[in-house]
Formats: sequence, structure tokens, C-alpha cells
Amino acid sequence: MARVHFTGNFRQLAGGDEEVSIDASTVRELLLKLGEHYPSLAPHLDEGVALAIDGVIHQDALFSRIEPHSDVHLMPKIAGG
Amino acid sequence: MAAQNGGTTNGGTRWIGTRPVRPDGVDKVTGRARFGADLHLPNMLVGKVLRSPHAHARIRSIDTSAALALPGVKAIVTRDDFDDLPSEFVPAGEMLINYRDVVRNVMAREKALFEGHPLAAVAATSEKVAKEALDLIRVDYEVLPHVLDIDEAIAPDAPLLHEDMITAGVEPPPSAPSNVAKVVEFAHGDVEAGFAEADVVVEREFSTQPVHQGYIEPHSCVASFAEDGQAELWCTTQGHFVVRGHCAKLLGMEVSKLRVTASEIGGGFGGKTVVYLEPLALALSRKSGHPVKMTMSREEVFRASGPAPGTWARVRVGVTKDGRITAGEAELKYQAGAFQGSPVQPGCMCAFAPYDLEHVKVTGYDVVVNRPKVAAYRAPGAPQSEYAVESIIDELAKRIGMDPVELRLKNAAREGTRAAYGPTFGPIGLVETLEAARSHEHYRAPLAPGRGRGVASGFWFNIGGETCATLNLGEDGTIALVAGTPDIGGSRAALCLQTAEALGVDVEKIRPLIGDTSTLGYTFLTGGSRTAFASGLAVIEASKDMIGQLCERAAKIWNIPVDAVEWADGEARPAGANAGEFDPLTLADLAGVAGKTGGPIVGRAQINAQGAGPSFGTHLVDVDVDRETGRVTIERYTVIQDAGKAVHPSYVEGQLQGGAVQGIGWALNEEYVYDEYGRLQNPGFLDYRIPVCSDVPMIDTVIVEVANPTHPYGVRGVGETPIVPPMAAIANAVEGALGIRFTDLPMSPPRVLKALEEAHIPEAAD
Amino acid sequence: MARAHVITTVNGDPVEFLCDTEQTLLDVLRDELHLTGSKEGCASGDCGACSVIVDGRLVCACLMLGVEAQGHSIETIEGMAGGDRLHPLQTKFLEHAALQCGVCTPGFLVAAKSLLERNPDPTETEVRYWLAGNLCRCTGYDKIVRAVLDAAQEMRGG
Repeated sequence: MARVHFTGNFRQLAGGDEEVSIDASTVRELLLKLGEHYPSLAPHLDEGVALAIDGVIHQDALFSRIEPHSDVHLMPKIAGG
Repeated sequence: MAAQNGGTTNGGTRWIGTRPVRPDGVDKVTGRARFGADLHLPNMLVGKVLRSPHAHARIRSIDTSAALALPGVKAIVTRDDFDDLPSEFVPAGEMLINYRDVVRNVMAREKALFEGHPLAAVAATSEKVAKEALDLIRVDYEVLPHVLDIDEAIAPDAPLLHEDMITAGVEPPPSAPSNVAKVVEFAHGDVEAGFAEADVVVEREFSTQPVHQGYIEPHSCVASFAEDGQAELWCTTQGHFVVRGHCAKLLGMEVSKLRVTASEIGGGFGGKTVVYLEPLALALSRKSGHPVKMTMSREEVFRASGPAPGTWARVRVGVTKDGRITAGEAELKYQAGAFQGSPVQPGCMCAFAPYDLEHVKVTGYDVVVNRPKVAAYRAPGAPQSEYAVESIIDELAKRIGMDPVELRLKNAAREGTRAAYGPTFGPIGLVETLEAARSHEHYRAPLAPGRGRGVASGFWFNIGGETCATLNLGEDGTIALVAGTPDIGGSRAALCLQTAEALGVDVEKIRPLIGDTSTLGYTFLTGGSRTAFASGLAVIEASKDMIGQLCERAAKIWNIPVDAVEWADGEARPAGANAGEFDPLTLADLAGVAGKTGGPIVGRAQINAQGAGPSFGTHLVDVDVDRETGRVTIERYTVIQDAGKAVHPSYVEGQLQGGAVQGIGWALNEEYVYDEYGRLQNPGFLDYRIPVCSDVPMIDTVIVEVANPTHPYGVRGVGETPIVPPMAAIANAVEGALGIRFTDLPMSPPRVLKALEEAHIPEAAD
Repeated sequence: MARAHVITTVNGDPVEFLCDTEQTLLDVLRDELHLTGSKEGCASGDCGACSVIVDGRLVCACLMLGVEAQGHSIETIEGMAGGDRLHPLQTKFLEHAALQCGVCTPGFLVAAKSLLERNPDPTETEVRYWLAGNLCRCTGYDKIVRAVLDAAQEMRGG
């Protein structure tokens, strides 16, 4: 089970939870299960989401691998100038 | 591993770390290079924009009949020529953007929301006729009260820019609309418990003024619509694929019918990641049947293109006597301009990023005001929040009697630190930059009486993203490299070097080109410090693709299995003794027989680059303050930054130097001056004063190299972080010189004089 | 409205053009003669991107009318390299990486050439003050100043 931490306003949308354990092997699977677990979070998972998987930020990467003991942070997408 | 100017090592690599002349260099020193305004097409019209003279006004009607009747006027477009678009957030240069707002930003609909807001655009046979036509357009306004600053905008009875805007991020949602678009929060730990552990807590409020990116080339484009609905657009932009997407959306086109070519770009710094003129020029061209060229004047650039936001911050940090930071808390309010979407979110995430903090809480407010919609400017959001935090860190160091570099080192984020914005850092180079600062001759040099020395660190995330690249092998073994990221500061050189390294060929054999939107797959813009990293990964992948094909051809020629062929030093060789005895085949050998061995050889890559390495820097500055005039002079400046690996060290140094000098302008001079009607009073380079050559000294650089593990050569983005530390470093230096802490930028002569008078520091102090 | 007929010299060649009386020399260079190496950054003489040399004097082409070119000799960036050989300033700008986006570069080169014609051995401070009328937002000026000093040294034969 990957440990998913909520950063920023995602925590609010996850009903105040700081983290949750999710069984998923890809980003897509993880987002799907997160949406099922937290219906109020679901609409926010399509756009504007980045995942830090074991410290490495992944954006728009539905098929990035998530390992069984990965530490995942859900955070807003980053761009820049 | 650190090196002074000119001395970066390139151990283990042949091309990475060298300093060849950039491939586009000769065109740029001879005037050949074609920038946005340099294209002339036959039968081309000139387009001009009518802009609102009011900061806030309802538009009752727009009458273009008299203007249309003027001989030479070929088309006029207004709000009626653009379909309204529903609220839909999409990723853009900086944060998410909403097409409902984009269509209103390029052309006002219900209301003009800032002075300079476009109301109509005219295409005519000459600029003179176009300007005459603008004077003939009649607009009936209902002038409304406006708000320019955050305090005014969030006041309970403030005039509303958007009557339906309900603050997001607040539970339960407020029942009434306001000018606060969004509230964001990042927190972990328990800040009050953290402050309880502190021996010293400092809390202060800070403000920064909006500043313009200040690119020397104004926005410019040429649009040409054909009768079959296909169009070409030439424009100066950081991302022509992004421009294509926005324009196609606004004009109701299929993206494949719009071919966008990025001209050479005369500076952007984030400000050329959005569309202003492009949809208008396309609409005018469609309506008139002529190519239409539109170019902003400098005044229009200031009045109507995006500054970085003005901000307000309250920051509180606690520290123990022995220098452990126990908690950090910040409240940040950022001006978004006329439409929501300030970079307050990254501002919040960056505020405490350089520190290993157990307890942190940052709250941010995105506030709309009657100013131009802000645009990204180098590390958008970070300079303002880190200025506040780095100022407090300096003050805490003084309060506990600790060297400010030591205090930072003691609390610095390092590999394994949980970042203040959530995730855990991989290998990062903040500690290395601080150690380099501590041991730098600048830091230990004696300071003349009356001068001050300041230090500050800074952080930016850096990004990857969607990127394509193609390597076309010519019949003589030379290579045409096609990338999709406009070259804003020498990236073609960086891409050629990475390709040369990956293929093992001479860098002079590679000629780069920025392909138009029809030559490559979707490629995200040049921004987020991503180009050397993400387009770099793409050309390395394309090189691998090409090497695979080259090895196959060699295997066929030698009649051995492909896995018995290896690629080394730019040639195919039998892999070991068992593979057989064959003379190596060079790239040129294989290119010459490509047609006979299976056809042309093209290396391609289409990737979504992940794992951009975060970037940290530390700046040192010495200032002198003229007690008589209030002028702050930068006497010495040193930028130290982790580049991961400097691909072309001269252009890395250039990024560090340029970012630092932009930060010097932000700290000391640059600000917008508005009158009581919300009209900008200084829309030109005479009165909006960016640093000139005689304002600054040489900017020394130290490139630290802590490899980014997700890039084969260790590359991190470098472009944005250098603008983050200067404001605090200079404020800390001024405090050192005068004993006065400036919490409001810019530290311009009038403000410094006023502060000196209030502090009763006599002129004769120096 | 009648356009003015102007006879002048551009980069050593005789040139004739027609222009509106309110057109600036910069407009004429760019729009009529298609010499787009001179750039418009401000149209108010503040940025120096349109620097040209008129009868040996450094001028912002945006501050001079096209008709004022009558009978004068104008040098632009397009005339700086001789045949297939770059001017030493152009070479040094490339070697020192003294440009990033490159839009201010023509103006800096023309202005620096004008400096070195008057003062072949300028100090760093003299270079900085002479070039204070040319804005660059990318480089922070460091590499530009180094390139000019290095070119000056080379042109002196050192």
C-alpha cells in the first residue's frame, strides 16, 4: 500500500485527512481510488494535480509506476515563467 | 564541486560543460535574426488596439460604423467577434487558466477591468489609418469605482470586479461574492507548539510592488488566414504550441488548421506565455482576408501585459538560542490583476522551501484588482514570499548572534528533508551553495565603513512536461536538430551539446532549428526552467533512437546480429571479439549509405519529462547607501547556484547574472505609479526604471553541481531561481549598512531618504 | 499626401526612399528599406535597441525623422561585418556569450563600436556609462562589458 499525503487544499477536500493508504500500481489507479474514497476530491483530480512519488514530482503522468511502499504527495501542479 | 567563472569542470564528458559559440549567434550579432516584428508579408495590414481609458467601467455599447467607413480600414473586431467560452481550467504557463477569462482578457466583454483593456481592434492599410480609425470608434462607458490594491480590494464594501466570484478553498463557501478568488493553505505540524519551543520569535509585515518582466522586444505577431479556414501565425512567444491551443480555442478552429511559427524571441521571462494580440490578429485577418501584423508599443506593453503581482505578506518565524528554527508561519496576499490566477499558490509552497521545518503553515489569498492580469515572471510567486521569509531569517540570526549563513546551514533543506510544501527532497544543492558562500572570498572580504553585506537563499521547483524533438540525419553525416521549445537564452546551444554528447559526434555537425507547430508533436512552452532539462531529455532520447537505427544498419552491412553492434565515440563497432572483425562505421559512413540500407535515418522522441530537479541558490551582496540622496549602490554581487550540471556554463552564468540584475531592479527601483483614476503614470522605460549598465557591477557566479539523478548528465533547470534571493539579500545588506530594515519594496531613493529622516540618521554618517 | 523623396547613404551605399514626413528613421529603415536589424524597443529613445551611427554620431533611430537622413551617412548593424568577416566586437560578443535573447544586441554593438571609435582604451566605468543608454534585460550586462573590453584590447593590437 502506498502512503498518500495531502498537501495544501487537497487536505480540506479529503475531509481533513493528512494521509491515507491506497493500493495502486500506477498514478491512474491511485487517482481513481482516491476519487472513489473522497468524492469531494474527485473533480479536482483531472487537472492541476501533481504527484510527488518518493520525492520526484510527476505531472500529467497517468502511467508512472507507484511501488508498494511508495510515499506519495498530492500537490498542486507547478509551472513557471 | 564548485568552480569560479570560466572554470567549470567537465569530467567524464566530452561536450557537456564546454563553451562553443552558440549556433544562432552570428544571426544575432549581424541583425539577420528575425524577431516578432521583423516579418513583412505582401498585402499586409497593420492592426491596432483600442484600449480602455478607465480602470473599471461597464461597456454599454461600441459603435464602429464611423471607423469602418474610413478609407483604408479593412476590418474591425470587438467582443461581438469572439464567442463566449464556458468556465474551463487548463494548464498554462503559470498556473491553471480559465478560457472564460482568457476570452475576456484579450477583448473586454461586459466590463473593462483595467486601464488598457482591449475594446476593439482595427486592421488598416497603414498604421496611420489604423490609429485614425481608433479615434472614430465610439464607446459608451458607465465608469465604475475601481480597486488597485489588496487592502481596497478585500475591504467589505469594495467594488466587485466579478459579481459572481465566490471565494474557493473556504468551507463552507461564502454566501456573498468578493474580490478574493481563492484561499490556499499549506501546513504540517503544529505551528503554535513550534513557536512555544522558540526563544526568539520575529513577526513582520512586508509588501512588494508589481514589476514588469521588461523584455526589450514588445509583443508582436503576423496572422494570415486563408479562404479555406487555414491560418498561419508568426509570433514572439515562449510556447507556440500553447499559443496554437489558445488561439484555436478562441477562434473556434481545429488546431491542425493553425500553424504557429515562433519567431526569435526578444526576452520573455514568463511574460510571453500568454496570448494578447494573437487572437485579435487572427480574427482581423479572417475578417479582412489580408495578413495582419500587430505590434504593441512599449506603452501598451506596460499598460496591458502582465506584471508580476504586487503582494502583501505577514511572516512569523521562531528560533531557539542555538539556532534551530522551530516554526514558520506566513499569510500571503497576491494581486491577480483583473482575473483570478495570481501565483500565490507557488508563492506559498516556496516560502519556506529552503528550510527543514517540523511546523509550518502558509495561507495564501488570490485577490483580483483593476490592473492588468498578472503573468508569470521568473519563478512566479516565489520572489515575493521568499523575500519576506529571508528577511526574517536574517533578523533572527542577528537576534541570536549567529552568522546568517550558519543559521541557514543549520536549518537547510537537504536530501531526505520533508519540503515545507509536502514531499521529501531527493538530492539537492542548498547546503553546497551555502558552504560555497561561507568559504567565498566575497563573504570574508573586509567591508568598508558604512557599507552593508547581505545574504539570502532561494528556491524554485523546476518542471518537465510534454516535449518532442527530431534529429534528421543528412546524407553527409551532419544532423538537423528540430526542437519545439523557443530559444530564449541559448538553449539551442545546450540542446546541440547534449545531442553531441549522446551521439558522440562533433557539436559543429549539429544544426538546430525551432520547428513550427506542424513539424513536431505538442511541446509545452519554454518556461519553468524546463528547456535544457526537458528538451535535453528529448534530444537524448532521439539520439538513442537514432543510435538504434545506426546499429541496425551496421549489423546489416556486417551481416551480424544487431546486439553484436555497439555505438561508441560516434561510430558503430563490433561489440567484442566474438562479433567479428570489422572496421568501425562512422555516422558519416552510415549516413552515406542510408538510402541503400533501408532509407533515411531519423531519430525521434516524444516524451513527458518527469523528475525535474529542484534548484537552490544563495546570493551575497555588498551595498553602499548615499545618505544624502537615498540611492543604494550595489558594490559587489555574487550568485551561487546549483545547476545540477552546467551544459554550457557561459549561458548558465548568464542566467544567474541576468536574474540577479532583474532582482536588483525589483529591490531598488521598479514600481508602477497610478493616478487616482487608476491610470498608469509611468508606462515607459524612462520612468519605469530597469537597471542600466552603469547601475551594476560585474556579477560574479559560482556554479555548484549536485547532479539531478533523473537526467543522464545531471541537468537541473537554472533560469528562475536567480531572481528569488536578490530582494532579501539587498534588504539585508541595507539593514547592515543603516540599521534600518526595509519591509516595503522598492528601496528607492525617496523611500530610503524618508526612512533615514525618520530614523534621524545624519547625512554625515558616512 | 505627398511623400518626401530622400537621398542618403546607408552602410556606404547610396540609397533613395520615399517616406511620410512623420516617419522616423527607424520606421524607414525597418519598413521601407527592410533593414530590420535595428529594433524598436520603446520608440522614445530610452532603450537603445535602434542605435545607428549618423555621420559618426551615435543616434537612436527612433528619435530622428526619415527626412532628416537627407544627405547624411547612416551606419546600421547590417553594415558592421565586412564581407564575410565579423567585426571584432561581433566576434567577442559571441565568444563571451554576451547575448541571450539577442534583441538588444544590434544596438549594443553599434553603440560599442561608436565608443571604441572615440575611445579605443575605455575603462570598465567608461564602458558602463557609454552603454547606459542601451537596455538589456537578459544578461545583467556583465558579459557585454567584458566583451567590449576584450574587443577594445584586440583592436588596439593587444
